[in-house]
Amino acid sequence: MTASRDTQTTLLSVEGLGISFGGLKAVNDVSFAVKPGEIVSVIGPNGAGKTTLFNMISGVYQPGAGRISLSGEEVTGMEPHLLARRGMSRTFQNLQIFQSMSVLENAISGFHLQERGSVLADLLSLPGSRRRAKAAEEGARKLLARVRLAEAADREAGNLSYGSLKRLEIARAMASQPKILLLDEPAAGCNAVETEEIDHLIAEIAASGVAILLVEHDMKMVMRISNHIVVLDHGEKIAEGDPATVSRDPAVIAAYLGAEAQTGGDHA
Amino acid sequence: MSELLQFLFSGVTVGAVYALVALGFTIIYNASDVVNFAQGEFVMLGGMITWFAHQAGIPLPIAAFLAISITAAIGVAMNKLAIEPARGAPIVSLIIITIGASIFLQGAAQLVFDKQIHDFPAFSGNTPIRVGGATILPQSLWVIGGALAVFVGLWIFFTRTLLGRAVLATSNNRLAAQLVGINTNFVMTLSFALSAGIGALAGVLATPITLTAYNVGIAFALKGFAGAMLGGMGNPKGALVGGFLIGLIEALTAGYLSSQYKDAAAFVVILLVLFVRPQGLFGRKSTDRV
Ligand SMILES: Nc1ncnc2c1ncn2[C@@H]1O[C@H](COP(=O)(O)OP(=O)(O)OP(=O)(O)O)[C@@H](O)[C@H]1O
Ligand SMILES: [Mg+2]
Repeated sequence: MTASRDTQTTLLSVEGLGISFGGLKAVNDVSFAVKPGEIVSVIGPNGAGKTTLFNMISGVYQPGAGRISLSGEEVTGMEPHLLARRGMSRTFQNLQIFQSMSVLENAISGFHLQERGSVLADLLSLPGSRRRAKAAEEGARKLLARVRLAEAADREAGNLSYGSLKRLEIARAMASQPKILLLDEPAAGCNAVETEEIDHLIAEIAASGVAILLVEHDMKMVMRISNHIVVLDHGEKIAEGDPATVSRDPAVIAAYLGAEAQTGGDHA
Repeated sequence: MSELLQFLFSGVTVGAVYALVALGFTIIYNASDVVNFAQGEFVMLGGMITWFAHQAGIPLPIAAFLAISITAAIGVAMNKLAIEPARGAPIVSLIIITIGASIFLQGAAQLVFDKQIHDFPAFSGNTPIRVGGATILPQSLWVIGGALAVFVGLWIFFTRTLLGRAVLATSNNRLAAQLVGINTNFVMTLSFALSAGIGALAGVLATPITLTAYNVGIAFALKGFAGAMLGGMGNPKGALVGGFLIGLIEALTAGYLSSQYKDAAAFVVILLVLFVRPQGLFGRKSTDRV
């Protein structure tokens, strides 16, 4: 009874996922699940395989092993643009922005799927096509306001600060009205104020029913907002559970202490 | 004075052809960062297929339409068979693949057609039009008009349609484009079709003036490439202006120096651009963020 209820509400499920680069098993046999509106964080030391895991889930890399399902349908190895149509969206650790477009155009691009119509209708500037374009622009401006970039709308994206670009990427990802949003280190390189803003933004998005899969090094933020945490080390899942359980887990503490001993504790 | 005007007329005519070739380079370059050296073969195919169909009894407009469609299909096949399987390879490898495709297309044309020089009738006769002491052929007006029409058409497509903006988004950041739901493989297919079709159109328009043969592609590719470089690789406005400028430089070199140096003009321009202004007239210095 409880088991069948669980599979019904599971939005994303990852089973036995793995990939190797050369001889290196970057991710090995990782399984977990995400439910709608839930914030699940993936943590682990540098090089643990978090970004690689995201790349497989979002279709950027083909998994070497395992399966991924979204809303009960298998989507393993599906291309990113098809996953976008099924409600998956993401941001990147190293930013993937349309640098030479304006901030507004970047946000509008997120509405691509909703804007779809025929080329002919566009060329003839038919009412339907004009209406869709207008709706996309209005939606984009609202999202920009939500991430506090309304004033920057007409600036070229390439000239924005790092923290602003991180927020712009979130706005663009939100524009496609995803069911699940993957955020890879959204607060990296942001100051304390910006981090707190992103923190609120994520909580708000989750409250609206969108599931969040988060990679973040800021432990305070992770512990505060996550419902569930998956811990990776050397590509393997070493622990999983709610924040309190995970933070007490000896294996997790050992992995982090080990990592800090190796790097001389340079990112406490 | 009328001599200069005559040179200018012939420069603008060949320049229009080069502009079309340069636009073809631009479209594929924007979608994939690949400089497609088979671009000249599309021009050759446009001319040769039209000639072949026309001498087989098919009316000229239908022959031209067939040539453009078939060449567009060949462009798509080239992408599917040669470029797409090598996706992820370094850009240099992809460019070498296009050189291979160019040699293949040339060889195939030699087998399927022949090694002779061919032409077909001009669209609106051969009576020269007199303008200020010089003359221009009606076919020249077709070529110039064709280049301008294609440019305007592309401009409308890229700025007014969602599909056109999807192509621009793909050229700006492929991964980000995929993430917002753009099928970047389709964008690539479309780019090759468009680019090959435009190349073939250039061949159709120019053949009554320049004649055609299985091996005319290389020269068109070189001049078109020079035009695209001069205007700034990847910039459609640059391609148009650059193509016309190469035509003018070539015509003036041939007129005032010697027609022997005509083909060297494009080489000199490529070298000058590389040394003096690698980003071209309309290009921007790239500022990659690390
Ligand atoms: N495309 C690739 N080719 C080869 N090795 C790769 C590739 N992508 C990742 N790796 C390797 O896989 C391992 C995991 O990298 P990954 O980027 O997933 O770590 P991460 O957990 O995101 O680290 P960080 O916290 O530093 O972002 C690393 O050893 C990395 O060098
Ligand atoms: Mg990472």
